[in-house]
Amino acid sequence: MKNKFRIKAAALALAAAGGLFGVADAMAQAKEIFVPVLVYRTGPYAPNGVPWADGFVDYLKLVNERDGGVNGVKIAFEECETGYATDRGVECYERLKSKKPVAFSPLSTGITYALTDKVPNDHIVLITAGYGRADSVDGSVFRWNFPMLGTYWDGADILVQHVKTKGSLKGKKIALVYHDSPYGKEPIPVLEALAKKEGFKLLELPVTHPGVEQKATWLQIRQQRPDYVFLWGWGVMNSTAIKEAIAVGYPRLQMYGVWWAAAEPDVLPAEQAAKGYNGLALGHSAENDKPIHKDMMKYLYSKGKGTAAKKEEVGQVLYNRGMISAILTVESIRTAQAHFGKGVMTGDQVRWGAEHLNIDNARIKQLGVAGMMQPVHTSCADHGGSHAALIHTWDGEHWSYTSGLYHADYKLLRPMVEASARKYAQEKGITPVDCSKEK
Amino acid sequence: MIYRETGQFKTTYASDQQLFPILQDRVFVIAFLVFAFVGVPLFASEYFFRAILTPFLILALAALGLNILVGYCGQLSLGTGGFMAVGAYAAYNLAVRLPDLNLLVVFVLAGLCSTAVGALFGIPSLRIKGFYLAVTTLAAQFFIDWMFARIGWFTNNSSSGSVSAPPLVVFGHLIQGPVEKYLFVLAIVSVFALLAKNLTRGAIGRSWMATRDMDVAAEVIGIRPLHAKLTAFAVSSFYVGLAGALWAFIYLGSWEPLAFDVNRSFELLFMVIIGGLGSILGSFLGAAFIVILPLALNQLPTALGIPLSTATISEIELMVFGALIVFFLIAEPRGLARLWSIGKEKLRLWPFPH
Repeated sequence: MKNKFRIKAAALALAAAGGLFGVADAMAQAKEIFVPVLVYRTGPYAPNGVPWADGFVDYLKLVNERDGGVNGVKIAFEECETGYATDRGVECYERLKSKKPVAFSPLSTGITYALTDKVPNDHIVLITAGYGRADSVDGSVFRWNFPMLGTYWDGADILVQHVKTKGSLKGKKIALVYHDSPYGKEPIPVLEALAKKEGFKLLELPVTHPGVEQKATWLQIRQQRPDYVFLWGWGVMNSTAIKEAIAVGYPRLQMYGVWWAAAEPDVLPAEQAAKGYNGLALGHSAENDKPIHKDMMKYLYSKGKGTAAKKEEVGQVLYNRGMISAILTVESIRTAQAHFGKGVMTGDQVRWGAEHLNIDNARIKQLGVAGMMQPVHTSCADHGGSHAALIHTWDGEHWSYTSGLYHADYKLLRPMVEASARKYAQEKGITPVDCSKEK
Repeated sequence: MIYRETGQFKTTYASDQQLFPILQDRVFVIAFLVFAFVGVPLFASEYFFRAILTPFLILALAALGLNILVGYCGQLSLGTGGFMAVGAYAAYNLAVRLPDLNLLVVFVLAGLCSTAVGALFGIPSLRIKGFYLAVTTLAAQFFIDWMFARIGWFTNNSSSGSVSAPPLVVFGHLIQGPVEKYLFVLAIVSVFALLAKNLTRGAIGRSWMATRDMDVAAEVIGIRPLHAKLTAFAVSSFYVGLAGALWAFIYLGSWEPLAFDVNRSFELLFMVIIGGLGSILGSFLGAAFIVILPLALNQLPTALGIPLSTATISEIELMVFGALIVFFLIAEPRGLARLWSIGKEKLRLWPFPH
């Protein structure tokens, strides 16, 4: 008996060692394109991480089930849990790297920062839809980063544009309540520049990870009475902030969340009291009746193959964003295939595809996401492809759009992007490529 | 029979005073080093180097530093993460502001910066002891965290607060690729581990241990507590700072203060406790336990072909890991290093145990 146990233990240890040494990983599938999925389904960021991951994985599944892959090439994928921790994210990246992935979407600005140094050596595309480094819009320096849909600098500029429509900002006070991490600090330079330009005063109020303790922050808000609060939070920090705002009696109408602080997990814990809370919508809100959602139901959920635990999750804000991230990844592969031939693509080829994306309104309609996405046209000079967003407001039960579409002001942002990218290139010893010569 | 010192006569002072007086130990250590330097690079995969060996070695160095303070000198510290951060940011600032400086010099200077900060926060240890000291070092942790997150100068006014290491050039050679990085870290860790081994058995080490065992008695026999405690803080912080610089430059490449938060301090303290207080080997075993075991647990279900969801796997990882910590501490409260020495004792008698 004892021996049997020992043999079992030894087998387990061997299997673990095999996994660690990457023995099993060596067998790469030949006719598949591998797309790794970095997720966080546990920890303080799980309420927001789960719907995003479900949307991402569901779209990859849908492409395999409905279309038989991208032009006949199936997509293989594997999840890896990062817990939103940078070191664990780097470990996941190293673990999945051996399977020849073409594109990573880490869903964490901190992990994006860490991977930005690694992807050029490994020839893997980094698609950061709606997060990541704002300066990586400049593709001449950041060859492998694609902050598609919009960066935090876009978001900061659009929020200021929006509150400006309610009256001049001269002499007003705007408080930025932010997650004290690269993610939360990212918009600060743009807000500072705008504060100078528009004449408002910026209060910077950091909240330490994970953000469940914000009493001091909101006390300051009660004292200072800012005219607007911009919330740059993630995970439990968002719902806590909204609850604290209610506790100190700060009007939700004057609160604006970035697109990561404007989804169901953020407002639902506060229920009706969150009514009137506004947030940026990254081109989409909680649409759940588009053709793509019907396909999700038809091909996945009716057959019990869906990823989400509950059907109702399909079409939530973050689910849609995860899905659109996957769409951008798949479209990059498709664009590459159109240029290089319809087979298995390498990282270099997908990078070309991501840099030559041309998702126009007709294509958006074909994809079944009409009205959920702005056209994305990427190029070497602009790896973002789209810099627009609108505002949606929580009415206690639903999100609904309450503004028109805003475009980020690149007259202001472009010089900042270039200056920041140049600084990075200098620190890293990178020679920027000449975008006018790129085809 | 296998591990037996019978017949090894020490005929000179030098042979009696050497680092590993028993032949088997010497052979084992040399064989192990040869294996680590030559054998491992021959067969290990890139993932193994980048995600397991490199972080393991760097955290082992940090644990070694903490072990000097907690295990050898008996001064409880919860500021290790902060001292690592000092090393990391000092190295970053030196490398960015003085780009001509040799990287090895940068690392040593970063260690020295951490030494200075460590000695400064060590001063209260002359008056306060035990848990109270732990609280003051915790204050150091939070202060240092705050400092690097808030004062723009330290991060070269990086807008996101995240900084990234410049290319690693040593003597005109660019260190890149997993094997080179591993060998670089291994060389540094080997040198400093041997140094620590030497230090702890010498006069300084004995004064630390005397202070740990009973500080009043140590004072009576002529050990200056100021000297003993501050040197322990200084040496420990040097190791920890050096490890912080390596962690930032070699492993992460780009980091924010969160990489060195209080959880890192706890993690290192657990390494030292599980590995074995007051043992060089224990620091390595503890680091292996804390770094490698969760990754192995996380990958075990997939390797065995058991289909489990990502969330379930990471919950199981946490539960099994916690249970194993409890199990090991019950089975051997003096740490994994003690298990090793029990093993050696058994080998000594084998095959005729009495």
